[in-house]
Amino acid sequence: MSTSTTAPTPATPAVPPAPKRDWIPVLLVPALALLGLPFIADVPVWLTLTLAGLAMGMIIFIIASGLTLVFGLMDVLNFGHGVFIALGAFVATTVFALLGGWVKSPDAITQLAAVFAAMLAAMLLAGAIGLVFERLLVRPVYGLHLKQILITMGGMIIGEELIKVFWGAHQVPLEPPMILRGSLSIGEAGIETYRIFATVIGLVVFAALVWVLSRTKIGLLIRAGVENGEMVESLGYRIRRLFVAVFVAGSALAGLGGVLWGLYQQNVIPQIGSQVNILIFIVIIIGGLGSISGALIGALLVGLLANYAGFLAPKAALFSNIALMVIILVWRPGGLYPVAKR
Amino acid sequence: MISRLLSHDLPNSRILAFILGALFLALLFAPFWVPSIKALNLAAKVLIFILLVASFDLLLGYTGIVSFAHTMFFGIGAYGVAIATNAWGPSWSAVITGALAALGLSAVLALAIALFSLRVRAIFFAMITLAMAAAFQTLASQLSDITGGEDGLNFRLPELLNPSTVWWEGNPFGINFNGKMLTYYLIFVAVLLLFLALLRIVNSPFGSVLKAIRENEFRAEALGYRVVHFRALSSVLSALFATAAGVLLALWLRYNGPDTSLSFEIMLDILLILVIGGMGSMYGSIIGTVIFILAQGYLQDLLRMASGLAKGIPFLPALLSPDRWLLWLGLMFVLAVYFFPQGIVGKLREKKP
Repeated sequence: MSTSTTAPTPATPAVPPAPKRDWIPVLLVPALALLGLPFIADVPVWLTLTLAGLAMGMIIFIIASGLTLVFGLMDVLNFGHGVFIALGAFVATTVFALLGGWVKSPDAITQLAAVFAAMLAAMLLAGAIGLVFERLLVRPVYGLHLKQILITMGGMIIGEELIKVFWGAHQVPLEPPMILRGSLSIGEAGIETYRIFATVIGLVVFAALVWVLSRTKIGLLIRAGVENGEMVESLGYRIRRLFVAVFVAGSALAGLGGVLWGLYQQNVIPQIGSQVNILIFIVIIIGGLGSISGALIGALLVGLLANYAGFLAPKAALFSNIALMVIILVWRPGGLYPVAKR
Repeated sequence: MISRLLSHDLPNSRILAFILGALFLALLFAPFWVPSIKALNLAAKVLIFILLVASFDLLLGYTGIVSFAHTMFFGIGAYGVAIATNAWGPSWSAVITGALAALGLSAVLALAIALFSLRVRAIFFAMITLAMAAAFQTLASQLSDITGGEDGLNFRLPELLNPSTVWWEGNPFGINFNGKMLTYYLIFVAVLLLFLALLRIVNSPFGSVLKAIRENEFRAEALGYRVVHFRALSSVLSALFATAAGVLLALWLRYNGPDTSLSFEIMLDILLILVIGGMGSMYGSIIGTVIFILAQGYLQDLLRMASGLAKGIPFLPALLSPDRWLLWLGLMFVLAVYFFPQGIVGKLREKKP
């Protein structure tokens, strides 16, 4: 997996040895992959696991990118992020139910259209709910970390219960259409078609985020806001609006990630949000709060490690992620690419 | 005398003092005025949760840091007793060894987590504890040889605490003087002593430093207090009290599994109880627990009634369904954080003329 399109990380003057481009974290992904090889010992199995892990990492990245944006710019620790994941996944079940003909149609384009319709609907609804969430819950507690954690956790409880009101408290199946089932074999190794699809979406999201953040005026303002919000305001930009836009975008990305995660798991439960939450917290801590590239590398590492650990020692799977986080934080206390100075 | 026992941290409100006094008497005589097993179970649950929530208050309300791993320590306590009695039989030495081992493990774990995450950044603490708790729960349900897995462990306790051990033959008004009652009083006394100890801690000079850190971390550091040390110590103490609560839970239920002591639902319950009852006041844990337990029992009945009345109106019956009681408690929680961050106890104390 080449991640050569790493965004130029905003060099923070507070951290003295901040090189313009820091390649060491990027090398961690192939390093971890190579480290896995002697333990697994079987090359096709290793290749299969690695490809699966990278694809899983891309899905995790999509979800985590929204959260790291929200944290990086707004300094809001959103424990309610998981609600948008669950919302996205449940919206997808509804869209699939409504477009049942499209999902089952023999035509590949129509099948994909149903998936894209589900993703669009999930993003729109999650973004809209994100707007309400920001207005009602987050806005009164800007700058108060303790209250943010409590309030967004409260939002998580309410959101999960509301999802149960609308979709029921049971597990709902969410199967990808025929075109995305099955797998592709490369020699003796294989990769599921769906994972390739998810990887493509993840790369598109990554490219779009990097482009917006580094090549557009909005991105410039967002990065400036991370550095010094007051200065941006004093130059006449309404940073509040940017805040809201970033929160909505983060929620929409969570919705998109929810669709992909739901299709990946092939079923959806209301608790999906709080389950994935833990994974993405680990990812954004590893990546450095607020960094898109960091989130991508963190997600790929977590995805790889989850697959290797799941194969080698299933019982240690969750602890392996925590161990990874501990090692990274001992090496770099602010995560791989520390962006936010807070 | 009472003032000294309460570490001079009196309720400072007539209503609050009256409620607390009534609750104390109600819990003290619980086996006598409600001689049914179900009611006694409720009373024991109230006692254990008071201790659990009060220990969480030391961390959240007094030190101002959020931990989501509190149920992990609660679970360690319960598993300590469960595993030890399961392995060595129902003897007092097994119970005590299990409890001590659990306390030791909790202290080490809490110290490790605190030193690691608080040194890096205080807000990491919430996320890292969340991840730890989830990993620990998975571990407990997977190590089925030791912990009994998802099914949990049933175990026997020393003879004296068995419900079949009758220590007074008399049976006035259908009250049984048996081991169950003795266990209840063991829990009652333990919770009372530990609660008073917690009151003592938060009203000591150490407690004042914790409050200073909560209010202004930089100023406390500037005054010469090592913030990290105090936060870490507070987190260890809080973990130890939570472990003790877990030990008591195991003694009462004579069963332990992942869902009874480790689940994230319990963590959310603790959070709801504390915020609604009142953060930063030990009495908040008592008021919050009682309200929560009552809500658990009666809010569902109330909702059942309301959803019956709302029949025919779209969506309203689903919103008012008794299964959705947590929705309403969650709303209450958010409103509490906004409008009365000191909780019910804070409100009551404020009204003092």
